[in-house]
Amino acid sequence: MTNLTPILTKFWDDPQSWTLETYRRNDGWKAFDKALKMEPAALVQMTKDSGLRGRGGAGFPTGMKWGFLPPPDGGPRYLVVNADESEPGTCKDIPLMMAAPQFLIEGVAITSYAIGCNHAFIYLRGEVVHVYRRLLRAVEEAYAAGLLGKNIMGSGFDLEVTVHAGAGAYICGEETALLDSLEGRRGQPRLKPPFPAVAGLYARPTVVNNVESIASVPPILLHGADWFADMGTEKSQGFGIFSLSGHVKNPGQYEAPLGITLRELLDMAGGMRDPQKKLKFWTPGGSSTPLFTDEHLDVPLDFESVGAAGSMLGTRALQIFDETTCVVRAVDRWTEFYKHESCGKCTPCREGTWWLKQITGRLENGQGSEEDLEKLLDICDNILGRAFCALGDGATSPITSSIQYFREEYIAHLTNGGCPFDRDASSLFAKDNVPA
Amino acid sequence: MATEFGHQTASGHLTVPAESKEPYAADVLAQLYADAELVVARYPQKRSALLPLLHLVQSVDGYITGRGIDFCAEVLDLTRAEVSGVATFYTQYKRHPNGEYTVGVCTNTLCAIMGGDQIWESVSEHLGIGHDETTPDGKITLERIECNAACDYAPVVMTNWEFFDNQTPESTKQLVDDLREGKPVAPTRGPSRVCTFKQVSRVLAGFHDGLADEGVGAGAASLVGLNVAHERGWTAPDTDVHVTGEHQAQATAGGMAAGRHPSTDTPANEPDELPGGDDADKNGK
Repeated sequence: MTNLTPILTKFWDDPQSWTLETYRRNDGWKAFDKALKMEPAALVQMTKDSGLRGRGGAGFPTGMKWGFLPPPDGGPRYLVVNADESEPGTCKDIPLMMAAPQFLIEGVAITSYAIGCNHAFIYLRGEVVHVYRRLLRAVEEAYAAGLLGKNIMGSGFDLEVTVHAGAGAYICGEETALLDSLEGRRGQPRLKPPFPAVAGLYARPTVVNNVESIASVPPILLHGADWFADMGTEKSQGFGIFSLSGHVKNPGQYEAPLGITLRELLDMAGGMRDPQKKLKFWTPGGSSTPLFTDEHLDVPLDFESVGAAGSMLGTRALQIFDETTCVVRAVDRWTEFYKHESCGKCTPCREGTWWLKQITGRLENGQGSEEDLEKLLDICDNILGRAFCALGDGATSPITSSIQYFREEYIAHLTNGGCPFDRDASSLFAKDNVPA
Repeated sequence: MATEFGHQTASGHLTVPAESKEPYAADVLAQLYADAELVVARYPQKRSALLPLLHLVQSVDGYITGRGIDFCAEVLDLTRAEVSGVATFYTQYKRHPNGEYTVGVCTNTLCAIMGGDQIWESVSEHLGIGHDETTPDGKITLERIECNAACDYAPVVMTNWEFFDNQTPESTKQLVDDLREGKPVAPTRGPSRVCTFKQVSRVLAGFHDGLADEGVGAGAASLVGLNVAHERGWTAPDTDVHVTGEHQAQATAGGMAAGRHPSTDTPANEPDELPGGDDADKNGK
């Protein structure tokens, strides 16, 4: 049995959880004090030792990413925090920044010191204005307290932090598209290499990290790399926020060691919203991660186990659907999303998502033919690995996995001449009619 | 209706009405220059100011006007085409006059299935307008929006980018009626009142409106895990018995601490690694 481990979520229930004063009462900024007395290289080593891996989906070791920066050449080096949280189902960074933005600001300060950055950026998606207010306020408070600015606490270390609001584009969560957007351009991904570590923002060495990764740095520094590494599994160490949504009794945020299972999380979440209705399918880490079914309830939610079971841990965005849900409808809507958000830079994704949407749309309406399933798989095969960035790859995940597990349901749409499901049964309002 | 969403037409290009190119009044222009200077000063290179400056234009004009594009181009030494190219890329920039309130119904999969589709249909019918259309009184612009990172509160409606959680068709119709009648409306998680589209656009340009301390820190769903932990007496592992970060750093200065699994031994998946791993990659190249 795995227990929950409230660390980043520990004081979210404080009535003024977002203020500097509350954060200080909860050991806030003590880690930064400690950091300023350390060698930057020791901080990079500590992060490597902790085993912290990127919490934005890809799981790349955070300390190693920092270590990729070339030696200082006297020019600027940048930290850019990816706060563009837009992957469907993902809803952990937004509540974190709304409830406890100081975690992120302190993490930014420590990381900047570790990598030799004097100007850090937080790129927040623009569609969450109150979160932007909280971040602006958190930065103001930190400046006023002398935690940011020139010669911080007499250390000789300078740090400026700019919080930047995007303007609505999923692709800006891709790190190089984010950098282009931050430079005032259309958000389109760049060819790699060069990686941002070598030529990132303004073609300078840049670290791009997810919000939760950076927010995890202060607790790691405060309690030690061992403390962090002792949580989780052998290769997926530490804790993370698991976001349950959909047909569960108590959807929300559950902070736990990596390796917890959906079965355990569902128990904590009060089970499915209606115990009579079975779990049908779920995403382990957002819509770009291949679907799982009730066969996968006991897969440990760590990078390796989820990968071995045919999906990806992603952002731990567990979107849970019970048997009232039409998987074709779900996949059709995700496909519409990828089509809408494809940036247009590369042909496989721009054209492929368009074609995918046309086919899933007609299948959901009971039109088309069984051959369309092979066509879908063929198009997916031509996108996966041939697109410029992971958006195109992600677009194929729901389609190929749903055909793998639910081929009959696609065919049922054809024989039925339309969607055989009652969509009202899967709505939240239907929940009110369900006996508790 | 649903199949039309995201449909790209020639209007994907930025076409602004002629009157939107009329020059700004002198006092408005002076204020714009003063604000733009503050925005540009936040960045090492001035082009980075373009996104916030476009939000700033919307805070004055309510959408991306021809004169607003001219203004951004002049301040940042860009061509109008370069500015237009950016303005048309991002969905928050409006290509025609926007209502006082943008009401966005999330119809991405999770919200749609939890009832977002029903909300969309009923509020669209109630107002008699479709996606990216505005009521004749200029109060409401209705949108279908993509995932807004609040799936645990599904179905979600955003009003001027403030969270309205766990909505129903009835609650959303009430919301738009209240907005049209000028009644004060408060989001579920956000300030005590919804600001206008122009006011919110100014915040997005990076000008704080002083409302950060209003509203809750976390909504109910954000706290469910914490509450379970409280009930069951669970906390994060005890921190006192472990070495501090300082000692840790010294202990590992010459290599990895004993018994650890260093990340350098772990075959790292590249940030752009493909789903399916190596095989997919080989097939793809």
